Amino acid sequence: MSEKVKWSEPKGWKEIPIGGNLPAKTSLEYKTGSWRTFRPDFDPDLCTHCMICVHYCPDSAIPVVISEEGVKGFRDRIYKGPVRLETDFEYCKGCGICAEECPTDAIKMVRETWED
Amino acid sequence: MKEVFEVRIHGRAGQGAKSGGQILALAAFKEGKTIQAFPEYGSERRGAPTVAYTRISEKEIRSHEPIVNPDVVIVLDDTFLYTIPVTKGLSDEGVLIVNTVKSPEEVRRITKFKGKIFTVDASGISINNVGRDAPNVPSLGVLVKAYPFVKLESIELAIKEIFEKKLSKEKTEANIKALREAYKEARS
Amino acid sequence: MSATKVKSTKKPLTGNEAIAEAMRQIKPDVVAAYPITPQSPIVHTFAKFVADGVVDTVMVTPESEHSAISVVTGAEASGARAMSATASQGLALMVEVLPATSGLRLPVVMAIANRALSAPINIHCDHSDSMAVRDLGWIQIYSENAQEAYENMFLAVRLAEHPDVLLPAMIMLDGFIISHGVEVVEVYEDEVMHKFVGERKPKFSLLNYKEPWTMGPLELTDYYFETKRQEQEAMKKAKKLYIEIGKELSEITGKEYGYFEKYRLDDAEVGIVVLSSAAGTAKDAVDELRKEGKKVGLLKPKLFRPFPYEEIRDALKHLKIIGVLDRSYSFGAYAPLYAEIRNALYDLDKRIPVQSYVYGLGGRDIFKQEIKEVFNELLEGKVSSEEKCIGLRE
Repeated sequence: MSEKVKWSEPKGWKEIPIGGNLPAKTSLEYKTGSWRTFRPDFDPDLCTHCMICVHYCPDSAIPVVISEEGVKGFRDRIYKGPVRLETDFEYCKGCGICAEECPTDAIKMVRETWED
Repeated sequence: MKEVFEVRIHGRAGQGAKSGGQILALAAFKEGKTIQAFPEYGSERRGAPTVAYTRISEKEIRSHEPIVNPDVVIVLDDTFLYTIPVTKGLSDEGVLIVNTVKSPEEVRRITKFKGKIFTVDASGISINNVGRDAPNVPSLGVLVKAYPFVKLESIELAIKEIFEKKLSKEKTEANIKALREAYKEARS
Repeated sequence: MSATKVKSTKKPLTGNEAIAEAMRQIKPDVVAAYPITPQSPIVHTFAKFVADGVVDTVMVTPESEHSAISVVTGAEASGARAMSATASQGLALMVEVLPATSGLRLPVVMAIANRALSAPINIHCDHSDSMAVRDLGWIQIYSENAQEAYENMFLAVRLAEHPDVLLPAMIMLDGFIISHGVEVVEVYEDEVMHKFVGERKPKFSLLNYKEPWTMGPLELTDYYFETKRQEQEAMKKAKKLYIEIGKELSEITGKEYGYFEKYRLDDAEVGIVVLSSAAGTAKDAVDELRKEGKKVGLLKPKLFRPFPYEEIRDALKHLKIIGVLDRSYSFGAYAPLYAEIRNALYDLDKRIPVQSYVYGLGGRDIFKQEIKEVFNELLEGKVSSEEKCIGLRE
């Protein structure tokens, strides 16, 4: 649904669904990544894939996949099953909550440098 | 026969004025008439004076005003004769029925009403038959005697239908006995 | 008026029992209500039906009317058909949620046993409660008697749930006068009436996880207006569909479901406009005056929201003088029904004098004699811009 309709463009009263109802996933059109001043620098070698950063992220900007082969993480251990990937920078607002909550300090906030 | 028949019942809350009006309405309904029964609600507590109205008609009833000119007034508590203008709007062709041990002549003296007066000790009959003071049912027996526009059998059927849901079969039978006794005992 | 087209049974019912009968035949999925005089017997009677297994409804007993309306609104949002009933202060307590129900476009149907608003505390009939909420986006239909209240419930469910409408509806009946008065009600066959309302087919449902929708989001200055415009459009559609659905109901009952009822109005010179039970009394007054040769008639509006301005204007435009009887004040302004009638007549080339009357507040009785006096006053041309009171001790 979000592919066909651009919910972020202003619409007239005849075009919008009634009652303020909205279909699912309209927030995907709103790329909050452009708000960043700081960005999270993630070091996979320190990650235990505990998922704390995933749950705390207000934008759900940290993707999770199921890895069967496993990925190398904290103290060179292999983590199989649900593992986190690199932050999705289209949506990450740079709030720093992931860095604050990470128990192994795998995430550090660095100044964002916007390239033209 | 009159086209619209209007009855006003004065009682204290707990004496069954409202139920009496409804039994009467149901009885007339069973005879195929159009009916309307509604009480006046004041302070909802036992002992407060209440009024119940019943309209019975051969045709559609549209009006919702309180009954101004009743054909029959039933008074379930004779202390009202001194305190409430029970005969207001009752013409001299109408009938006054009072639950009292007083005689009709005494009632006439107190109320100065010129029409027909019927009295019966409805409370006494009720206590003897049913075991509690519910003068509404016996008073309906007097009504049938005084102004027979509804059959006694219809009232008995109505009592059966309403009471059998709430009371035992014995109590319902007792009420019907009270109804018939009042019908016999009423004097004018 | 043709005879009933389907089987029916005549029963002596109070207005409240008639509403409960209608609900039994409508078969709502959820009923949540909080007791308040004079509405409580509706829910008592319906709860007995549920307890006896006559109808399969989830009864919720909430802690207040605010919770009751919240429950039915939430139930509707999840796709259920939900109903409630209230009056007076109960309706007032619901006010915080009422515009949410209509704003979310959820077709709750609610019976209102009209009762005066406090203060002072009064448990008797007047229209101040339903008039106070007339602008909140709910469809409003007034009933003259128990029969109309019963039939209006079915009409309301169909109208409210219509995909082009999706607005909640309230059905009014006069507290005590109709709600507690026993009248003969013609109850139609269960199957037929349930088939008429059918099952609710919601387009949006929070329980539909296959097609997830967000309901009740924040809308900032850039969208709120558009959503509200949709609501106004729904009211416009409701006005047309009320007649169409009414015609369908007529097929079953043989009765008419117009925006209003006209009684001996077409050849009248003087007419009054009056809602609900007083209209019944007024019809008797009209008949008595007609016997004296006076050309009088009345108009009894049924659909109050959306208000049928053009049709009422057309029905009244031939009259020389009009009196409007309101059973509520609009403090500091024209009484509600009077204001609407004035608005309806505004577009006429010739101005018709309209007199405003307020009557029956707090259950003050209105008598046939008083209505006759109103007619006689109007016949003598006694019209002013001053609001008059009927039955008030000066």
